[in-house]
Amino acid sequence: MRRQQVMTIFKREMKSYFSSPVAYVFLVAFLVLLGFLTFSVSMFYERREADLNWFFIWHPWVYLLLVPAATMGIWAEERRTGTIELLLTLPVTLAEVLVGKFLAAWSFIALALVLTFPIVLTTAWLGDPDFGVIACGYIGSFLLAGACVSIGTLMSALTTNQVVSFVLALAACLLLILAGFEPVTNLFVRWAPMGVVEAVAECSLLQHYESLKRGVLDLYDIAYYIGVMIFMLATAHVVVNNRKAV
Amino acid sequence: MLTICDLKRNFGPIQAVRGVSFTVEKGEVLGFLGPNGAGKSTTMRMITGFLPPTSGTAMICGFNILETPVEAKRCLGYLPENAPSYGNMRVEEFLEFIAAIRGYRGDERRQRVDAAIEKSRLQTVRHRRIEALSKGFRQRTCFAQAILHDPPVLIMDEPTDGLDPNQKYVVREMIKEMAADKAIIISTHILEEVDAVCTRAIIIADGLIVANGTPDELRARDPQGRLDKVFRDLTMNPAFPEVSHA
Repeated sequence: MRRQQVMTIFKREMKSYFSSPVAYVFLVAFLVLLGFLTFSVSMFYERREADLNWFFIWHPWVYLLLVPAATMGIWAEERRTGTIELLLTLPVTLAEVLVGKFLAAWSFIALALVLTFPIVLTTAWLGDPDFGVIACGYIGSFLLAGACVSIGTLMSALTTNQVVSFVLALAACLLLILAGFEPVTNLFVRWAPMGVVEAVAECSLLQHYESLKRGVLDLYDIAYYIGVMIFMLATAHVVVNNRKAV
Repeated sequence: MLTICDLKRNFGPIQAVRGVSFTVEKGEVLGFLGPNGAGKSTTMRMITGFLPPTSGTAMICGFNILETPVEAKRCLGYLPENAPSYGNMRVEEFLEFIAAIRGYRGDERRQRVDAAIEKSRLQTVRHRRIEALSKGFRQRTCFAQAILHDPPVLIMDEPTDGLDPNQKYVVREMIKEMAADKAIIISTHILEEVDAVCTRAIIIADGLIVANGTPDELRARDPQGRLDKVFRDLTMNPAFPEVSHA
């Protein structure tokens, strides 16, 4: 894989995000939604706790809604407009294109995440938070976003229709998040063997986020997210290769 | 410069291309004729490396499109059907992206883009968004992307489709200007195009080559010397009944 080719694809994707006001609307929606959930729903001030647990707890649900919106066009739009034919007859490999597109979408979400920094400043000003835990939470959230983006990339590769792509990505992310959501796992505990419940929860995006959110930086959790991303992108590679034409 | 060896492609049970072989030398403009659904676009998509063939291959400047796709694609300029391009980019921006992917940097990139804009007569629209352009200009923008790297092999899928007579004339002039030092394939179902630009023509019907010769040789097959009559006789032959296209 040639870095220069990946960077060229990355830059074009990034530019195309910001070529319309939608990118800014997206960023504002992300920040407003996250702010509303943290301050109004979770009563961040009233709790009088100097940590960001009640901020990070909402990230999976915000990603669930907004990441599919950012990734739905990645391949669906190339197919619909026929530019996929142009792109894949240029001297660039499909892997380079895939990685470039994926990194661009992930960076876009990462930018939205970086823009949440005022809440860190607020907490630092009001109390004495553990910055290690906060940094760990951000790393977890960043990795979670990457996993969601890779799922969105795969779902976009499956269709020519952006709306279908959005719904598929939302459903897939929801499934992977819910697999580790306590109210859901509790339903299984009653009748399924413990091993099965644990195995299903182990696959969940949420399960691994929980420990990172609490400030436990475990290599195992990081490896899980990287594994998910590699798996989704490799699958997307196969899908695009086999379904190039409309 | 371009050798096509026994290309075949099936879509499920349908044999879209059933064994097509030919060569194109430098200085030749090959007209690739056939009714809709005859397999023209499928053949071109296989030559350009977009669709993998079921069997057979294409050699572009000595590079096998299946074994060394990136090297082969470097020697190739391709104008896909309907001239797709990224609508939200400006003409110049789009060509700069193509130049970057093709490995040009700095001053050379600027020169390449300027030359392509000039050759494709796009000076007046270089800063406009592609989606805001007329069909003729969009066609020429995609044409500019195909000739940007001065490729030895140029493949164009219906380059004049949907253009008005003046625009058709301009595109044909551009093709003639470049014909001397390139191997060019043009697919079309417009017979006047053959006389206007082609040095040789291949007629395909139902996935097979049914005629291969200069326009005059083809014309000689009919007592009145009418190309449309020859075309009709060959492609509506009872051996290839129209129903088989359904």
